[in-house]
Amino acid sequence: MSINEKIPNVATKPDEAPMTKQAAALAVEAKREDIAVEEGKTVGLPYSDNPKFKLRNVEVFYGEERAIKNISLDIARNEVISFIGPSGCGKSTFLRCLNRMNDSIDICQVKGQLLLDDVDIYHSKRDVVELRARIGMVFQKPNPFPKSIYDNVAYGPRIHGLANRKSDLDEIVENSLRKAGLWNEVKDRLDATATGMSGGQQQRLCIARAIAVSPEVILMDEPCSALDPIATAKVEELIAEMSESYTIVIVTHSMQQAARVSHRTAYFHLGHLVEVNETDKVFTSPEHELTESYITGRFG
Amino acid sequence: MSNKKDDVYGDHISAKFNDELMELKTQFLNMGGLVESQVEHAIQALVDNDGQLAEQTRLKDKAVDKMEMDLDEEAILVIARRQPTARDLRLVISVIKMVADLERMGDEAKKIAKMAIKLSEEGLAPRGYIEIRHIGKHVLSMLHDALDAFARLDSDQALRIMKEDKQVDEEYQAAARALLTFMMEDARNISRCMMVMWVLRALERIGDHACNIAEHVIFMAKGEDVRHSPMEEAERVVGR
Repeated sequence: MSINEKIPNVATKPDEAPMTKQAAALAVEAKREDIAVEEGKTVGLPYSDNPKFKLRNVEVFYGEERAIKNISLDIARNEVISFIGPSGCGKSTFLRCLNRMNDSIDICQVKGQLLLDDVDIYHSKRDVVELRARIGMVFQKPNPFPKSIYDNVAYGPRIHGLANRKSDLDEIVENSLRKAGLWNEVKDRLDATATGMSGGQQQRLCIARAIAVSPEVILMDEPCSALDPIATAKVEELIAEMSESYTIVIVTHSMQQAARVSHRTAYFHLGHLVEVNETDKVFTSPEHELTESYITGRFG
Repeated sequence: MSNKKDDVYGDHISAKFNDELMELKTQFLNMGGLVESQVEHAIQALVDNDGQLAEQTRLKDKAVDKMEMDLDEEAILVIARRQPTARDLRLVISVIKMVADLERMGDEAKKIAKMAIKLSEEGLAPRGYIEIRHIGKHVLSMLHDALDAFARLDSDQALRIMKEDKQVDEEYQAAARALLTFMMEDARNISRCMMVMWVLRALERIGDHACNIAEHVIFMAKGEDVRHSPMEEAERVVGR
């Protein structure tokens, strides 16, 4: 692959570099993972004919530590893809690369090629604010602004100048709240403060806020882990509806959730992308032994 | 309760989950053993003209039915409690389906036992028993091997059973033709030959059910459904 040539390969090659302490540690680590996670080798279907994101040989370092190890993946247009894996496997780190949320961490360094619609996400001239308007994000804990429900949703459109008149803004707010399945519950109290809502409503408000700026992609980092089952079901319903208009990437600890909402599922393990496959296949007969061990609850 | 760590269903983080799956497996094998002995005794009762053994065999059916319901319930509870995935899911679903096969085999054994009772009451000289003994032995070994393949998750053995089923079908056809000849020779043979024919038919069905179990074992081991597909497809799945 030609991409390989352009990107400096930072992986330690034992036969070339002298055996530094770090290299020795890596070698030990590699042995421990002897259920054969070959670096950069992902089984299944990691690529797509119609990619929204084209990610090649991505590596993420926190200082010296390599948190993401040579991952290549396509995320298709209007696809819902789940990232699953044990804690510390790198799934959230990888998700945060997609809209440069890692930029604020000083020691974090991203290498490799990350393209959104064939344009480099990490290009030095890239406008990060514009990028994040195109790629919305929903977090684990609902984080509404301590403002009214209306202002929460109107915030993004206002700063991005998406509405010139009050009536336009009203329309955006209503549409976003409708899409988030929240309109009927809040239409009579748009001026009430958002922090007074239930957890599930707050999370759906955050989703409404994310979609108010008409993003193309929505990243969700464990969006339901703080919600009760009914609120979870509502958010999942919403994900299914939204997949018609958005590309959705969801990190989840609930495997049943991944099985329910996503088209493809990606399994991460110690910074490697082990397997990407159709969700139905992953949960009935996964290809990789590690995926099988994880989803069936065999991991220590 | 057996809880071997080396078993592929025995290494979950949750030890209770291990126990539940092992219990499902053990119970299935117990039921299989019961059906196996039921089939064996039904054939033996028939060829030995042993009305008493036939009656005992017939009564065993109740126990098989009870085990079917218990196993189904246990499998449903595992799904409700654990939401099993991948190989665990394939085990639970396959057990639910294979239990139905075992239960049908039990029914067929019961039919054979009933015929044995009738034939022993009529006290007629045996004819066609060579075929019954031969096919009976064949399907019995298929059933035994199918349960063994299940216990060891052995898809190679399962494939062999699928191939044997084809042989049993041929043997059944040949035996049926032979019986037809007897019937044509002497019309007085017809009623008795028909009973033997029913027994052969029941045995052939038992072979089919053993073959179904073998197909499920391949699904459990390989994750691909080989039912209703040509033998070459099953060979490809097992070979990979």
